[in-house]
Amino acid sequence: MASYETYDYDVLVIGAGGAGLRAAIEASVGNLSVGLICKSLLGKAHTVMAEGGVAAALANVDERDSWRVHFADTMRGGQYLSNARMAELHAKESPDRVRELEGWGALFDRTQEGSILQRNFGGHQYPRLAHVGDRTGLEMIRALQDHGIHQGIDVHMEHTVVSLLKTGDRVSGAFGYEREKGRFKIFSAKAIVLATGGVGKAYKVTSNSWEYTGDGHSLAYHAGAELIDMEFVQFHPTGMVWPSSVRGILVTEGVRGEGGILKNSEGKRFMFDDIPELYVNQTADNPEEGWRYTQGERDTRRPPELLTRDHVARCIVREVQEGRGSPHGGVFLDIAWIKEKIPNAPEHIRRKLPSMYHQFKELADIDITEEPMEVGPTTHYIMGGIRVDADSQMTAVPGLFAAGECAAGLHGANRLGGNSLSDLLVFGKRAGEYAAQFAMENETVPIEAAAIDAVAAQTLKPFENAQDGDNPYNIQAQLQEKMQKLVGIARSQESLTQALEEIQNLREKAANVHAIGNREYNAGWHTALDLDCLLTVSEAITLAALERRASIGAHSRDDYPEKEEPGAGKYNTIVQKAPDGTMALRRYPVPGLQADLQAIIDEIG
Amino acid sequence: MAKATFRIWRGDANAAQFVDYETEVAEGMVVLDAIHRIQADQANDMAVRWNCKAGKCGSCSAEVNGNPKLMCMARLNDLPLDEPVTVEPMRAFPLIKDLVTDVSWNFKVKEKMKPFAPRPPDAEDGTWRMEQEDIDHIQEFRKCIECFLCQDVCHVLREHDLHEEFIGPRFFVYAASLEMHPIDTENRLEELKDSDGIGYCNITKCCTKVCPEHITITDNAIIPLKERVVDEFYDPIKKLFRVFS
Ligand SMILES: Cc1cc2nc3c(=O)[nH]c(=O)nc-3n(C[C@H](O)[C@H](O)[C@H](O)COP(=O)(O)OP(=O)(O)OC[C@H]3O[C@@H](n4cnc5c(N)ncnc54)[C@H](O)[C@@H]3O)c2cc1C
Ligand code: SF4
Ligand code: SF4
Ligand code: FES
Repeated sequence: MASYETYDYDVLVIGAGGAGLRAAIEASVGNLSVGLICKSLLGKAHTVMAEGGVAAALANVDERDSWRVHFADTMRGGQYLSNARMAELHAKESPDRVRELEGWGALFDRTQEGSILQRNFGGHQYPRLAHVGDRTGLEMIRALQDHGIHQGIDVHMEHTVVSLLKTGDRVSGAFGYEREKGRFKIFSAKAIVLATGGVGKAYKVTSNSWEYTGDGHSLAYHAGAELIDMEFVQFHPTGMVWPSSVRGILVTEGVRGEGGILKNSEGKRFMFDDIPELYVNQTADNPEEGWRYTQGERDTRRPPELLTRDHVARCIVREVQEGRGSPHGGVFLDIAWIKEKIPNAPEHIRRKLPSMYHQFKELADIDITEEPMEVGPTTHYIMGGIRVDADSQMTAVPGLFAAGECAAGLHGANRLGGNSLSDLLVFGKRAGEYAAQFAMENETVPIEAAAIDAVAAQTLKPFENAQDGDNPYNIQAQLQEKMQKLVGIARSQESLTQALEEIQNLREKAANVHAIGNREYNAGWHTALDLDCLLTVSEAITLAALERRASIGAHSRDDYPEKEEPGAGKYNTIVQKAPDGTMALRRYPVPGLQADLQAIIDEIG
Repeated sequence: MAKATFRIWRGDANAAQFVDYETEVAEGMVVLDAIHRIQADQANDMAVRWNCKAGKCGSCSAEVNGNPKLMCMARLNDLPLDEPVTVEPMRAFPLIKDLVTDVSWNFKVKEKMKPFAPRPPDAEDGTWRMEQEDIDHIQEFRKCIECFLCQDVCHVLREHDLHEEFIGPRFFVYAASLEMHPIDTENRLEELKDSDGIGYCNITKCCTKVCPEHITITDNAIIPLKERVVDEFYDPIKKLFRVFS
């Protein structure tokens, strides 16, 4: 084996967003050595972009809120496909996880009484999202980062892991490169936590950055872990649509939470036209009640704009398809109208939604206090991901844990806004805690040299491929184009089958992409290496989408509009690598609820 | 579609120069879009940092036509496109490659600063009570996205290279957010005076001008900190008190 710089940790955390940082902080509580790896600089992970807030039943604004209501809301939002134990732990523990952040320097917006203020968000019964204007993610990641840097964690910024290493059944380490010089590094560890975030870069229109290439999903899959519910990709209803160069950038749900309304080209509030069964009792049937709800008035019901994201996105697509869209293929989101309701509306909007104001002003020349925004769906989040044990977050591979967006189970068929940031904190902590425990109970296993040499050769292959091999950016763009068109909001047997073929073709081309230049900070080479992950998650999403012959939550099949396939019952899809190297898929029935949890659903849900 | 020329700094610490690239530009594009287009079509190996493309992460700092800016918020509309648009890395930090610089010094500076140290919680559930009006100004400081553009323009770092003696505007903002935090109990004034070198700042306000988050760095953070330092160390009565205590 060639010699590589090698590090040895008790616990290695891959990913430094909210989940990874929280896991690393927890793992370092004892006297363990902890390494933390991230592709960008510290503090730049996706978590920094989160806007609206973090969901926790603190009951600061409405004392009727409790973990039980939060649990029921999460289960309903996920169409009862969520892992109930995860939903329970999440609802119970998120208040403490949020409060603890203030002890680390975070400063949420305040109520009159001086405690943490909470706002309304889609699918949450009571005002539940702790927030800081519309930059909650920045506050959260900075608090974790500023606390984390004093915990003795060894941070490797601008490093990318390309493969997990296994020895026998157990995970024994990770192989990666650093961007600056392109040198390879070996990280040996007793336990590894994956916290790599999502997969949005598989699509053309997305709110996600270059980092979201599904690395953790793919690393875990190749190491033998299971991926569940991959068909559930969240298309956030409100992304920017114009100018085209900013298409996909997120417009926070907070705009609707503060009273923003959706209108079509005829000026109609079309969200009142179609209110799903499951939510009829909780939804306002007139604009006035909806407005009062957003202003925190008790015993009012939410406006239909705050229905779950899957539903709002589909309504917008319907309006556009039926010819009632805005000039650039979206619909109108109007917050300026609230000047009819409150004095000093422009100032109020700028204070509540400062970064939205800024974003539209600077990127689209639109003053949101005066004019409506044009918005349309954007690929935002993946509910599916690595299957983990609810309590410990360990995957099917001993020693390998996962938390945050790359893990799955909490959100079922659709995630409620705000439930991701809380997910990161609750399960990031748990993953760190149990990984540390695993590290204390197990010895280091030696890494196998042959495996390393094979990965190293594979990693350098783009340089060695023939000069006329494809341009990696080109292949990435083609994949995004196909996924957007064939595996987007509306899917069918035909589109999905075609997608599988396209993915196969692109996989062949991807094997021959050529990287120019040398190993130093070479974006083309990095893009070439990301392709395998993107193709793996694209295939998993498509296969799972083919398997679910129904339309539920974020997954819609034109050919199967019903919520359940007759006689199939409720199930999760599981993707796993078969012994012959192909991608295998199976269904797993959703287990019945524990009596106490069922009682909550019966009562509230 | 119109075309425009981008004059981009290419190379590494050993050798670097401007290279011209012509690319198509469309309505609404920002400098980062043009860079991405050039990277995808003509210069696959070009190094550039970015993440959010919406001014939220502070990754894409560079000097556009000589002005320190976030490339993702620099609209082409606002630039004269009949002449080449120059795009260079931040000059106050060592070059790694192309538009990417070594900003690791900033992370080291922060690690050396005294962390947040809250007083015991006010309530039994481990929380504190704070009035919104008492935290408004701290929230202004906490808007910082660590783009380091303020560090890039500050002459104490850029021209005088006093990285060992001066922490720069970004970290005065950070210090202010801690020092003025209603529940923090730590005292950082001695460091501010000595190792952090706040005295080197001569209030040129260049940092405030470039801050993409519109933080009033000089007026709201640096000047009040300077005043606190003066009160603590140069106030004659306090000085006397220290001598006798
Ligand atoms: C614009 C936007 C707004 C949002 N708003 C909200 C909101 O208001 N409320 C809410 O609850 N949720 C929100 N979300 C969702 C939420 O922000 C994300 O789901 C969440 O931040 C993901 O956190 P994470 O810790 O799992 O991953 P991330 O924060 O994305 O971190 C992933 C980390 O893994 C690293 N990584 C990835 N691959 C590798 C590799 N191969 N090697 C090494 N490191 C790697 C990355 O560098 C990064 O450090 C929003 C998302 C977006 C995009
Ligand atoms: S005001 Fe002070 S910190 Fe800011 S740029 Fe001028 S000298 Fe530097
Ligand atoms: S203070 Fe402003 S300019 Fe300086 S790093 Fe923070 S956001 Fe950037
Ligand atoms: S890419 Fe995030 S600030 Fe420009």
